[in-house]
Amino acid sequence: MNSGEMKFLVIGVVLALGAASIPIVSDGYWLSIATTAMMYIALSTSWTLFSGPTHLIALSTGAFFGIGGYLVGSGMSDYDQSFWLMAIIAPVVATILAMLIGLATLRLSGVYFVIFTLGLAEMIRNLVSWVQNNFLGSRGLYVLTDFTEAHIYWMLLSVATIVFLAGWLINRSRLGFALRIIGNDEQVARHVGINTAWSKVILFMTTGFFAALVGAIVAPRYSYIEPNVVFSPQLSFLVVIMALLGGIHRLWGPLVGVIPFTLIWEAISISFPNSTTLFLGLSFLLIVYFIPNGFVGLFENLTGRMRK
Amino acid sequence: MTPRDTILQVTNLTKRFGGLVAVNDLTFQVREHEVMGIIGPNGSGKSTTMNLISGALKVTGGSIILEDHDLTSLPPHKIARFGVARTFQLVRILPHLSVVENVIAGTAFAHKARWGAEAEQFAEALLERLELGDKKNQDIGSLTYIDQKRLELARALASEPEILLLDEWLAGLNPSELRIGIELISQLREEGRTIILVEHVMDAIRSLCDRCVVMNSGKKIAEGTPAEVLSDKEVIRAYLGDE
Ligand SMILES: Nc1ncnc2c1ncn2[C@@H]1O[C@H](COP(=O)(O)OP(=O)(O)OP(=O)(O)O)[C@@H](O)[C@H]1O
Ligand SMILES: [Mg+2]
Repeated sequence: MNSGEMKFLVIGVVLALGAASIPIVSDGYWLSIATTAMMYIALSTSWTLFSGPTHLIALSTGAFFGIGGYLVGSGMSDYDQSFWLMAIIAPVVATILAMLIGLATLRLSGVYFVIFTLGLAEMIRNLVSWVQNNFLGSRGLYVLTDFTEAHIYWMLLSVATIVFLAGWLINRSRLGFALRIIGNDEQVARHVGINTAWSKVILFMTTGFFAALVGAIVAPRYSYIEPNVVFSPQLSFLVVIMALLGGIHRLWGPLVGVIPFTLIWEAISISFPNSTTLFLGLSFLLIVYFIPNGFVGLFENLTGRMRK
Repeated sequence: MTPRDTILQVTNLTKRFGGLVAVNDLTFQVREHEVMGIIGPNGSGKSTTMNLISGALKVTGGSIILEDHDLTSLPPHKIARFGVARTFQLVRILPHLSVVENVIAGTAFAHKARWGAEAEQFAEALLERLELGDKKNQDIGSLTYIDQKRLELARALASEPEILLLDEWLAGLNPSELRIGIELISQLREEGRTIILVEHVMDAIRSLCDRCVVMNSGKKIAEGTPAEVLSDKEVIRAYLGDE
């Protein structure tokens, strides 16, 4: 470990400890916002593990997240299973699904990949709703636990920490290097001996795993689970926007995007509850036009220029 | 000269693009430590042949055997791991990686894979050898054309290939760079590397190749030493056109 990495590790530990103390100093409104932010930190950072190096924009987060929430709801409500068991099963199911989606989308690039993942996520949402309404009875799925908001927050913080550690390990590994080469030139990647297909699929599975885990953990927050709501396409877009706002070429980039955007989004959702989609599109355009490399890109440009 | 073992055997190799037969029933061997040239007019199927050997394109018919391994229908990453490395006709470096990382990319996934500090030292030594040592910390976007070509070659050499495919590696160099380039490849030749060289530069062919295959419209029309094939009537006709 070199001194730069040591510095990041120390900053990371301080941030994590600081974040862990939030529920002690505040509850109610601010804790609820912090929980939402922590959820998006875990989701956006794990999304970036795959989409950052490959530049393949996946709009399927909502589907994996939904699997997490739905399986917890269905398992607890319909089959009397414990929350913990379902929180283990759901990510495994999502990982297998991510593998299948990954294998099916390998040959797709650019906009085709974006559309395919979005379409697939919508298909899963409709399929699950249909099955739920027609075969499992349309009575709701209740997730009743003793968890407080603070418990959920701490669980999400643990997941986010694990995502960062996983990302750090992957970035140092040959797998991470392979992904970067693939993002640069897939043809070259193949010719230096990289199994591009499996490298991409493994990373995609990782993001699917974490999205479902997060979905499972926040399920108790909703108490009442409806497939149409947990398989949220809006969540897929929010995760992408926050990651892009922060910058997807650094592990800590999404973090920098999530915190301000969660606050802005909170304000927008309260002030204009009926036009969130409009604002979603608007923010996307603004980010892509004005800060294509996110806050991290801006910051690195500035410090780079100052050094010269 | 003692006869050396065949390392690459290409037999009846054929590639069709729809109605076009880009490579037509091509057979040749490459022996160990040999530099073999493939020459021919534009569009005669040279790059397609290279792409078939490296796995960038799928073979329509025929076979490609490297030592004991049948490469014919393998994907490129497996072919690379059997020791086939290449450069591309249009130079392809990895623009968002550092100079050193570009070379590590060549070794990290190869048949004798290196990683970590070992890979870094190995890459730096290679850069030194290709006279890129002083540019290893340079911004990759500021590399000159010949340096990009050198870097691409360093990446290919980093895998310690059994056979190296150079597709017009000398193309686009100015006369003084060309001399440097030819000198570099002749050093590789002296090291005993096995190379397939696709070239239009006849000086390079004459000074570098042990043997040449001449292609025209996908077919092999001549084979022999550079002196032999360049005086061959059919070869001259292929280059000058029917009069
Ligand atoms: N991917 C492809 N799809 C369709 N046709 C192709 C493809 N690649 C090559 N061809 C055609 O195959 C023929 C041989 O092309 P190739 O690139 O192998 O020629 P070449 O000998 O390398 O020529 P040059 O000296 O100009 O590089 C040409 O007619 C070319 O248009
Ligand atoms: Mg060519």
